[in-house]
Amino acid sequence: MAATTIEGVTAEARAVTPVAPRRRKRSTISWLGPVVVFFLMVGLWYALAYYYAQRGLPYFVPYPHQVVEAMFSEGEFQVLMTALLHSTEVAMTGLAIAIVIGVTWAVLMAQATWIERSLFPYAVVLQCIPILALVPLIGILFGYNFQARVIVTVLIALFPLVAMTLFGLQSVAKQQRELFQLQGVSRATMLVKLQFPAALPSIFVGLRTSAGLAVVGAVVGDQFFQRGNPGLGVLIQLYANRLQGPDLYAAIIVASLLGVTVFVVFGQLGKLAVGRWYDFS
Amino acid sequence: MSTTTPTPTVGRPHTEALPLLGFEDVAMTFPGGTVALSGVDLTVGRGEFVSVVGPSGCGKSTLLRIASGLETASTGTVTLATDHIAYVFQDATLLPWRNVLGNVELLAELKGRGPKIRREKAREAIRLVGLEGFEKHLPKQLSGGMKMRASLARSFTLDPELFLFDEPFGALDEITRGRLQDELLKLFSEQHFAGLFITHSVAEAVYLSTKVVVMSGRPGRLVESFDIPFPMPRDPDIRYSPEFTEVVGQVSHALKEAHS
Repeated sequence: MAATTIEGVTAEARAVTPVAPRRRKRSTISWLGPVVVFFLMVGLWYALAYYYAQRGLPYFVPYPHQVVEAMFSEGEFQVLMTALLHSTEVAMTGLAIAIVIGVTWAVLMAQATWIERSLFPYAVVLQCIPILALVPLIGILFGYNFQARVIVTVLIALFPLVAMTLFGLQSVAKQQRELFQLQGVSRATMLVKLQFPAALPSIFVGLRTSAGLAVVGAVVGDQFFQRGNPGLGVLIQLYANRLQGPDLYAAIIVASLLGVTVFVVFGQLGKLAVGRWYDFS
Repeated sequence: MSTTTPTPTVGRPHTEALPLLGFEDVAMTFPGGTVALSGVDLTVGRGEFVSVVGPSGCGKSTLLRIASGLETASTGTVTLATDHIAYVFQDATLLPWRNVLGNVELLAELKGRGPKIRREKAREAIRLVGLEGFEKHLPKQLSGGMKMRASLARSFTLDPELFLFDEPFGALDEITRGRLQDELLKLFSEQHFAGLFITHSVAEAVYLSTKVVVMSGRPGRLVESFDIPFPMPRDPDIRYSPEFTEVVGQVSHALKEAHS
């Protein structure tokens, strides 16, 4: 009897305010879910660490608290932050160059079908060749320092920017294009006042993907090119060779955090730039 | 077009007597071989509001696209006595990143008018269509009817002498549609532009126009023309009068015959 009453009340409450409880529930799940998964993963990590410790291989999988200790220990934190700075420098320089090349490439292709037909296959080729296969060659040609790292970064980050910018430029509705045509505007005006603003949402989607890839490029470039200012990739290689488990894991985590941060920052940048009129979801 | 022959008997410039838009034996065949229009003769003079009715796909819109210069007729002659032409699309075609004021300013901006003049023009046009207070709103914050008002306002900034309407109210609900028809009619009697209006609604055509032309199916031909007897300005209530119903009946009948 009591159960029936409670059920009746709940049903009524739900009928009166159907939106509020559901929304609260969703927002709780939105942060609770990831937190639970995080602790599950840390738990699993402890289990694995225990397993390897038992087998006498503690540097394979060190305990999480050891990694945190290593990360924030006196000299190590400094070393990690310096490497992080250098990797960020490489990633952002590469990304900036990729933006310039990518947008120019796409704008060129959007001018005429024959230009698109001539140039697009090479964008696809760029996407298909394993960049890692090129990395040693880039080292030979451009030296084993900053310059070579940036080139690897550009090659890895370029494709999404080319593809998404082109897609955006071509997404303009026919009638809007005709509205401009009827005023007898030039190609340049059409590009600046219609196509480019219309392409911005897609460009930002491409930019977010490319920014994440730029971090991958910077870290990978590091592992092959050891000269110049060492970044996170150099550290990771070094710690792996020396079997410094906790330090290795700390460096990997910092590199991952850089990737996540860049992804989030550029996502927010897009929202800031076009979120006023464009709904990304 | 030549306007050199003096006409001493008429006390106003010769251009006044010429139709703003003239189609003479115009045909349109698309590259694929589809014949969209054939033998079309049509004039729109000053003070005229001409509607073309016909079912979807009969080539009505092609007529407008040729008039505006978006397409070129395969054969025949098209004459235009003005370059102050406004084209109103079925979609409002507002730029989503610009607010109402920015959108209404667009055409004058593309024509290279100064910022002060175009702002003034835009405000005037916004007042004309009853969108005051929404200048700062983005298109996504507007209803379909308000978007169409903004689109109309944008066209007015160019002081058009000839309006080309491509089923502008086709996507609106019945109530909004009726209200916008009333206001377009009011603007027509106050602003002295001529109009060529494409629609598939016979009642809409009769209500708005001084002349209604019926178009046949592909290839599109103009099969019958009706002069609409009701004087301007029109009372919205004429739509419920027996005379109005009778004219709508005649046009509908002609339309049915053209497509049987």
